[in-house]
Amino acid sequence: MTVSENLEPLKPKELGINDVEFYEVEQTPAVGFLGSMKGFWVTFSTMFKKPLTVEYPEVKAPTEERFHGRHQLNRHPDGLEKCIGCELCAWACPADAIYVEGETNTEENRMSPGERYGKVYQINYLRCVFCGLCIEACPTRALTMTNEYELADDTRAKLIFEKQDLLAPLRQGMLMPPHPMYPEMTDTNYYNGDVKQAHPSQETQ
Amino acid sequence: MTTAELIGADPGWLIAVKALIVFAICVLLTLMSVWGERRIVGRMQQRPGPNRVGPFGLIQALADGVKLALKEDIIPTAADKVVFVLAPIISATTCFMSFAVIPITGEVTMFGRQTAMQLTDIPVGVLYILAIASVGVYGIVLAGWSSGSTYPLLGGLRSSAQVISYEIAMGLSLVAVFMYAGSMSTSDIVAAQSSWWYAVVLFPSFAIYVISMVGETNRAPFDLAEAEGELVGGFHTEYSSLKFALFFLAEYVNIIAVSALATTLFLGGYKAPPGLGFTEGWLGGWFTAIWFFLKVLTFFFVFVWLRGTLPRLRYDQFMQFGWKVLIPVSILWILVVATLRVLSLQNAPRAIVIAFASTIVFIIMAVNVGFESAKKKKEQAIADGDNKSVPKFAVPSLPMEVSTINVSQKVGDDRE
Repeated sequence: MTVSENLEPLKPKELGINDVEFYEVEQTPAVGFLGSMKGFWVTFSTMFKKPLTVEYPEVKAPTEERFHGRHQLNRHPDGLEKCIGCELCAWACPADAIYVEGETNTEENRMSPGERYGKVYQINYLRCVFCGLCIEACPTRALTMTNEYELADDTRAKLIFEKQDLLAPLRQGMLMPPHPMYPEMTDTNYYNGDVKQAHPSQETQ
Repeated sequence: MTTAELIGADPGWLIAVKALIVFAICVLLTLMSVWGERRIVGRMQQRPGPNRVGPFGLIQALADGVKLALKEDIIPTAADKVVFVLAPIISATTCFMSFAVIPITGEVTMFGRQTAMQLTDIPVGVLYILAIASVGVYGIVLAGWSSGSTYPLLGGLRSSAQVISYEIAMGLSLVAVFMYAGSMSTSDIVAAQSSWWYAVVLFPSFAIYVISMVGETNRAPFDLAEAEGELVGGFHTEYSSLKFALFFLAEYVNIIAVSALATTLFLGGYKAPPGLGFTEGWLGGWFTAIWFFLKVLTFFFVFVWLRGTLPRLRYDQFMQFGWKVLIPVSILWILVVATLRVLSLQNAPRAIVIAFASTIVFIIMAVNVGFESAKKKKEQAIADGDNKSVPKFAVPSLPMEVSTINVSQKVGDDRE
């Protein structure tokens, strides 16, 4: 329904004391007896269609690729952690769900390339709203989200995920930190992706 | 020997056994029908429905019942305690009682005695069922009133108004059956339908009965008493635990009971469909129960189908439909049926019967044509822009074409 161009709103004085503004409602035409019976056929024929639902606990339909699920703390290809303990994720978090404590890397205890690493890393999934602002804030791509959505438990404590719960597993060619950096590589090389896998000399202890 | 004589010879212990069987049937049918309803409605909405507890989710209703029984039983402080406890008991007992006169099988041998699977056969069996249904309304009214809360009170009032109104239409629709069967006894009515079902012979009565039985049982699309959006849960809002379970049970047993009554009065009860060549020897005896349950379950499916298809009616539409359509139509229909019945009983010449019938058909057509032309006139008036003949409803104005309506009758309008 279009509003006519030359329509002038009624001035208050044109409305009498007992007048109420109204507009006419377009009545839907009657559909007749057979028309009103159509719905019965819809429900009846639907009974013989395949249900659209998924038998959830047995069948898990894949989520969308970019579904915001549980977080993951990624590693460099040689196994060192990407997290540098900068706390930008914690500051970005609108729900105050992330707690980070940074610590300085030493030669004996090197967890990540560069100066610092995240010593304590907690995400409280009772608070997290899965908005993904922490992922946007992360300068090293250390924090990303997985598609895992089965995040339910029976106590509050279990839903505060610690660093070991969030860290990505070791893949082929990775070594469990702490271990020294790849020989003759700086943290900048690491960030540029020049390190492809662990070097034999990194296996120290 | 008639069924009444057959059952009359039953010893006391057999009556007790039959009562137990009828009770078991009611409870079992309730459990299965709750499951069945949820499954069917599920399929109608393209989902599987409950399928986790037991094979195909069959014992889901039982699990729900156990859960309900183990819940905390709350009696509100404002409630009238005695009545509050009494109401669900009234509801649950009355719905079982109507099953006493429903014939489930024909003549069968039970523990070496010839009898029929019908608890009792009284000459006014159908009237007894109507009376019991009316007593059942007390359960609803008292539950609503004794809760000491607003929503249940409104729900209870609505529900009782609804049940009482539709009981009139229901009772009137049965009159034609009484006239044709010449009896109010359920077994006699079943016996009278051996050649033709009354659903065919008295189709208008059947249609009115089916509509009013849905209204009578407070089921969708007539479930205004439990309109969740307006009244929370209706009369049983304040009920919990076993007392709520009793109402739940009563609702479903009621559905089964009205379906059983419809089967008995209109679909030939436990008898096989006439004209298919099923004799008493073949698929007779206990097999007749299969026909009975098949017909009852068909009705139950219709209940579920209605629920899956139709939206809830508005309360005034619902009451108007009951009082202005169903009741007048059934009264007129009774007049027609009574005249035809008298004509045929007095062996009136065929020409007179045909003349009468065609006069009725002519009158119906004339009235219909009158209605149609009035409707056309109105539509023409709307098309011509003659707003005088169009009823105007005052609705809040939107930024569209604005005109005015005078509602000078309205008192206390403090515009300006």
